[in-house]
Amino acid sequence: MSLAEFFAMGGYGFYVWTSYGLTLIVLVANIVIPVMERRQFFRQSLKQKRK
Amino acid sequence: MFLVPDIVVRFYHRMASPPHFYSFTKKIMPWLVVIFVLLTGAGLYGGLYLAPADYQQGDSYRIIYIHVPSAWMSLFIYMVMAITGAIGLIWRIKLAEVISISSAPIGASFTFIALVTGSLWGKPMWGTWWVWDARLTSELILLFLYLGVIGLYGAIDDKKIASKSVAILALVGVVNIPIIHYSVEWWNTLHQGPTVTKMDKPSIHVSMLIPLLLMALSFKFYYLIALIQRARVELLKRERNSQWVKTMLAEQQQ
Repeated sequence: MSLAEFFAMGGYGFYVWTSYGLTLIVLVANIVIPVMERRQFFRQSLKQKRK
Repeated sequence: MFLVPDIVVRFYHRMASPPHFYSFTKKIMPWLVVIFVLLTGAGLYGGLYLAPADYQQGDSYRIIYIHVPSAWMSLFIYMVMAITGAIGLIWRIKLAEVISISSAPIGASFTFIALVTGSLWGKPMWGTWWVWDARLTSELILLFLYLGVIGLYGAIDDKKIASKSVAILALVGVVNIPIIHYSVEWWNTLHQGPTVTKMDKPSIHVSMLIPLLLMALSFKFYYLIALIQRARVELLKRERNSQWVKTMLAEQQQ
């Protein structure tokens, strides 16, 4: 199987890869958002303490 | 008390203590990520490359490897959210409340993924993005239940009251779970019937079944990882005035 064939998915490439792409975006967002929130929490708490 | 349960009881008490949960989850996180990456790699390799095309649906069926595990997770996470919500309601265990509310956005995400990938699978196979059949409609209601839980929790400032309200809403919504599961049997739906969780024998070839189960397991580990990330932030925010958070902040400052 060539790489082009693999990406074509027998003509269903659009549906298959859109599904996988959207899933990837949603799953990555669910990790990134809490990590950013935690950093923000530490930043804000430390700033408040210095005042 | 009996001999063994004493150890068990102490284990639960330790686990339910916020500072212990915070440091324990930090320690196990790398292992969870390693297991998740291995499972996902094997599952995707098996599902997208090794498994043959379906004799009826061609390669479009490969959406199954995210669609079905996501749909399973949408139900599983809802049950976790409702049960930990009930535990928080009855025994006032803070960690249970935190796990309950931290599950909501992850469950909503998996419900969203199940709906969207189902739509992207339905278009080439059924010729339509959406139908109002029992399976699709009850899954959409599940998404609204999740969004209701998130919205209600955000709308109430006192997080103790918010957790109680959310737990009651989640428990009422549990009635939707068996409806989703049995919808394809109770009603004549466009959505196909079960292929894996059939009592007699799964009507799916083993070369397709193994990657599907690997992906289902991979999503379970993903949930654990995402849940821990959210729960740790939620604990910090709720416990911001407690001694262990203050100590940690003091250490960060140096």
